[in-house]
Amino acid sequence: MRVTLTVNGERRELEVEARRTLADALRENCRLTGTHLACEHGVCGACTVLVDGEAVRSCLMFAVQCDGREVRTVEGLAGADGTPHPLQEAFSAEHALQCGFCTPGFLMLAAGALQEDPSIADDPDRLRELLTSNLCRCTGYESIRRAVTRAAGELAGGAS
Amino acid sequence: MKPTAFEYFAPRTVEEVVAALAGGDTRVLAGGQSLVLEMNYRTVRPARLVDINRVAEFTGLDAGDGVLRVRPLVRHRAFERDISAGPLGRLLSSVVHNIAHPPIRARGTMLGSLAYAHPAAEWPAVATALDAQLDLTGPDGTRTVAAEAFFAGPFDTVRRPEELLSEARLPLLPDRAGVGFVEHRRTHASFAQLAAIAALTVRDGVIDWVRLGLVNAAERPVRAHAAERALLGQPADAGTLTGAARVAGEQDADPREQPHASAGYQRHAVGVLVRRALEAAVRDAGAVGDGR
Repeated sequence: MRVTLTVNGERRELEVEARRTLADALRENCRLTGTHLACEHGVCGACTVLVDGEAVRSCLMFAVQCDGREVRTVEGLAGADGTPHPLQEAFSAEHALQCGFCTPGFLMLAAGALQEDPSIADDPDRLRELLTSNLCRCTGYESIRRAVTRAAGELAGGAS
Repeated sequence: MKPTAFEYFAPRTVEEVVAALAGGDTRVLAGGQSLVLEMNYRTVRPARLVDINRVAEFTGLDAGDGVLRVRPLVRHRAFERDISAGPLGRLLSSVVHNIAHPPIRARGTMLGSLAYAHPAAEWPAVATALDAQLDLTGPDGTRTVAAEAFFAGPFDTVRRPEELLSEARLPLLPDRAGVGFVEHRRTHASFAQLAAIAALTVRDGVIDWVRLGLVNAAERPVRAHAAERALLGQPADAGTLTGAARVAGEQDADPREQPHASAGYQRHAVGVLVRRALEAAVRDAGAVGDGR
């Protein structure tokens, strides 16, 4: 089936089988391998991307469902000149990654949440609830929490 | 794993959805947060998928005429915000935080959860406890089934394969109702081992209206009728609540033995959770009902 979607601001026309998940379409068809796949059943959150601004598990959506929609992946976080996104800066500064496998998912989870409501970083309960969405097996949750809080501060300060 | 191949339809009207469902071996794709998971596992291998996400009239959540109308594309997430439905809204938003995680709640739907009928799911027990009315639309039109008659067992409902669960109507609760929801799970990310839903009103210290539901306490969602009878007309005190909670565990629950939980343990745990849910509901009723 022919699917037209916008990925990180770029219009893409893909020819995919209906059974192709969004995650596989991004990785295999678009060659955007920053989106990671681990459990493929919605538990780990490594494949989290934004669809029309909302964080979703790309392993639990089919690419055909995204026809006409806007997808943002970890490759679309940094500025056009390569300047890292405040979340990426904060993850680095707070040592919020070790092996890095879960990082793209956490970045997109946080990007979606902060874009929708930056005040989530001021509410420890809501932030914790958000971050339980994804798994980090290096157990870096506390540093991830600090990084998201730090990035929220930077974003509120007017950086982009 | 990857799903097996299927034919994909994305109709835009109810009529087209019903026509597509008539084809047989067809599944409805709403949020897909359980269906796609099972397709990835290949435990479900439908020949056809009907994606209802482009049917405009399936969106919308509105309260009026004494009911909250929930249409097929209302995501779990919608209930996290204040939906302005009084005590019912308070109950639904305290329940919804127990359902999966924010990204799953952004896609998954309440009606999908009802149709899927997972034994540990919260919405089926909420619908059963509150006597929700469910519309099933098929080739012969729409029929309405009470939630208590809708659930036939684990992952089993009276919905026919050619029917779509097209609307759920949850009765609004009395303005002065207090609500309580308590869930027990083995770890934060686990499914509910058991949960209790309570809604009640108290007048002059006496319980004069009550709805009580149990999650995962039997083969299907339970409305705890025996415990409700033990509460109605009784003083809203510790003795009544504890006694009724015990009745819920002993008479309304019908648990199966589980590797980590005997039936006896589950009956006991139902009693504890129901008591806590009732206490929360009485407190909530006091908070909203003072001076009325």
